[in-house]
Amino acid sequence: MAMEAAEIERLIKSALPDAKVQIQDLAGDGDHYAATVVSEAFRGKSRVQQHQLVYGALKGQMGGVLHALALTTLPPE
Amino acid sequence: MSNIHDQIQDVIAKNDVVLFMKGTPQMPQCGFSGQVVQILDYLGVPYKGVNVLADGELREGIKAFTNWPTIPQLYVKGEFVGGCDIIREMFQSGELSDHLSKAGVPAAQPARG
Repeated sequence: MAMEAAEIERLIKSALPDAKVQIQDLAGDGDHYAATVVSEAFRGKSRVQQHQLVYGALKGQMGGVLHALALTTLPPE
Repeated sequence: MSNIHDQIQDVIAKNDVVLFMKGTPQMPQCGFSGQVVQILDYLGVPYKGVNVLADGELREGIKAFTNWPTIPQLYVKGEFVGGCDIIREMFQSGELSDHLSKAGVPAAQPARG
């Protein structure tokens, strides 16, 4: 079982409509990705809270189907 | 479930720095856990490693405890600080050393590159 990058992006954008999402498949196995997410929703939040927003968007896939997602989250400049 | 919750609460209350990880500090069994072990060792931070692979209930309980879906998880003075990405980011920016010293946790000052 694995996840497509487009599916990850779709899920993140459904929860964070303004998000700009860049995804990199680290291992080519659909299981290890790096993602940079830029959204106004992150402004003023701690890194843990920012990442929890993204994990919430992934509806429980994180840590299960999706083994590794190296996350970088930022509010827009 | 509350039993595991109390166990987790107890460990993080009794130890300044706790790393819930896959494997042990001497034998990490996951790259991400290994990265945090390297960072803590580099900083010379005394910490308690808890192997979640040894207890299935703990492995799931810790994720519910913080609403954080992955392992490793680092706690300083009972507060969840982050997983591998966040700890690495904080280490690289020097924020982790500051966080530790503000929390009153002895850490060797890293050589500023």
